[in-house]
Amino acid sequence: MVNAIELREITHYFDGKMVLDHISLNVGKGEILGLLGPSGAGKTTLIRILTGQLAQTSGTAYLSGIETGKHAGKTRRNAGGASGRAGAPLTGMMTDDCGLYERFSAYENLHLFARIYNVPRSRIEEILRAVGLWEARNTAVSKLSKGMRQRLSFARAVLAGPQILFLDEPSCGLDPQTAAEIHGLIRQQKQAGVTVFLTTHNMQEATKLCDHTALLNGGVIVEYGPPEEICRRYHHQKKLLLRLSGGENVVLPHTKEAAETVADYLRREQIDTIHSTEPDLETVFMELTGRRIDQ
Amino acid sequence: MSLRHILTVFFKQGKDIMRNRTILIQFVLFPVLAAIMEYSVKPEELPEHFFIYMFAAMYFVMAPLTGMSAVIAEEKEKNTLRVLLMADVTPAEYLAGTGGCIFLAGMAGSCMFAVCGGFSGGKLAWFLLMMAAGTAVSLVAGAAIGVWSRNQTSAASLSVPVMMVFSFLPMLSMFNEAVGRAAKYAYSQQIYRLMAEGSSAAKGETGIVLAGNFLAVFLIFRYVCGRQQRGSKKSANR
Repeated sequence: MVNAIELREITHYFDGKMVLDHISLNVGKGEILGLLGPSGAGKTTLIRILTGQLAQTSGTAYLSGIETGKHAGKTRRNAGGASGRAGAPLTGMMTDDCGLYERFSAYENLHLFARIYNVPRSRIEEILRAVGLWEARNTAVSKLSKGMRQRLSFARAVLAGPQILFLDEPSCGLDPQTAAEIHGLIRQQKQAGVTVFLTTHNMQEATKLCDHTALLNGGVIVEYGPPEEICRRYHHQKKLLLRLSGGENVVLPHTKEAAETVADYLRREQIDTIHSTEPDLETVFMELTGRRIDQ
Repeated sequence: MSLRHILTVFFKQGKDIMRNRTILIQFVLFPVLAAIMEYSVKPEELPEHFFIYMFAAMYFVMAPLTGMSAVIAEEKEKNTLRVLLMADVTPAEYLAGTGGCIFLAGMAGSCMFAVCGGFSGGKLAWFLLMMAAGTAVSLVAGAAIGVWSRNQTSAASLSVPVMMVFSFLPMLSMFNEAVGRAAKYAYSQQIYRLMAEGSSAAKGETGIVLAGNFLAVFLIFRYVCGRQQRGSKKSANR
């Protein structure tokens, strides 16, 4: 079975500086891949290469078996799409800066792209309702909140039913509730069989949403795999963290002796909370690179 | 080239111009000023329709040039152009749609000049033909500036001096002989002369100057487009 996205030894130089260093990875159809890394790691560069906006210095990239760059036009159209509609684009993209026409209403923005993609008007209503913007359809984009703009940008990306969705920092700068709404929309796309390639520096977002994550630092993929598995791989110091009713914190190793101590605390009803201290993606990233992801 | 894409961009641009007062005002202001001057100031020593021709010459340089450059620069600045190109609208389709719309807006303003001047028949056709030729050259120049510029500020700083030079040359050449000698190589001066003096004023050098101006602007436009394409394929904002 052909992978939805396939990268082979992608390398890119910018002004003599290596931005991407022999990146290779595969994304299966219907998967969500999260590309995590700090600002300047090369995430947007990789998306631009995949979407044919930028020519890589070396290496090859394929979208549903079609080589990008050489066939940029093909990778953007005539693929049938996840919607099954002939002429639908292969890819849809949500950029980090939205790129919406501010003097146009939400509806007019989608109508413009519906005409370009030759999508029926009924689809505009369907998608605006799905992202919760139907009531605000006649509001000019300049008057929409950031969260609404992000949702509209998402709606435009999925308007024509693409097979592969590129999301560049989809919830960047959004409040938790709006971010959760965007996450819900992304999950709906996955359920519809769409492959999602998203970049983020939000570890929680990646952990919640992604089937696989790739940690990118300095143009190199330093770790790859399902988020839970990555965390397990770096679970060197297995410890238990107990918060006692008196407010005291107790850290215990994963040992038989510690089990006795825990049982003792339980018998005396002294435990408020108990947690294992397996690392999260943030901790893994720090261990691998010596820097925080939001630096 | 997809006609559907061109028409979509064309109608999008039309709607946008109607809502963008800074662009729209340029297509309205000059004909209105010309009408006011034509009907309120009538010095006997000036030739007939002096203000119509003078403002029309300024108009066919300024309005399409600043309009086209501002529109493209805004699309680049706000990343809407990138999204359009990602949606498989080719640069040629985008330029055809946008240019077509601004050309039409320019010609609508030209018709207002013609109405103010009370032109009809052959005179009307000749006037509109000259305005169309001037608008076309300015449009390509504006497109070159828009493609070159990264944002609206840089587009304005480039387009203002260019349009000042070309739009004021016809007027300045009336007061200064040296300026007049230089101005005859500018399309705005030649078109102004053809409008004011009629087709009988056309000489061999007129055609050469107009063709030369158009070719020069077109070559600059091609160079700028090529440079932009090479640049965007190489560089990236990570």
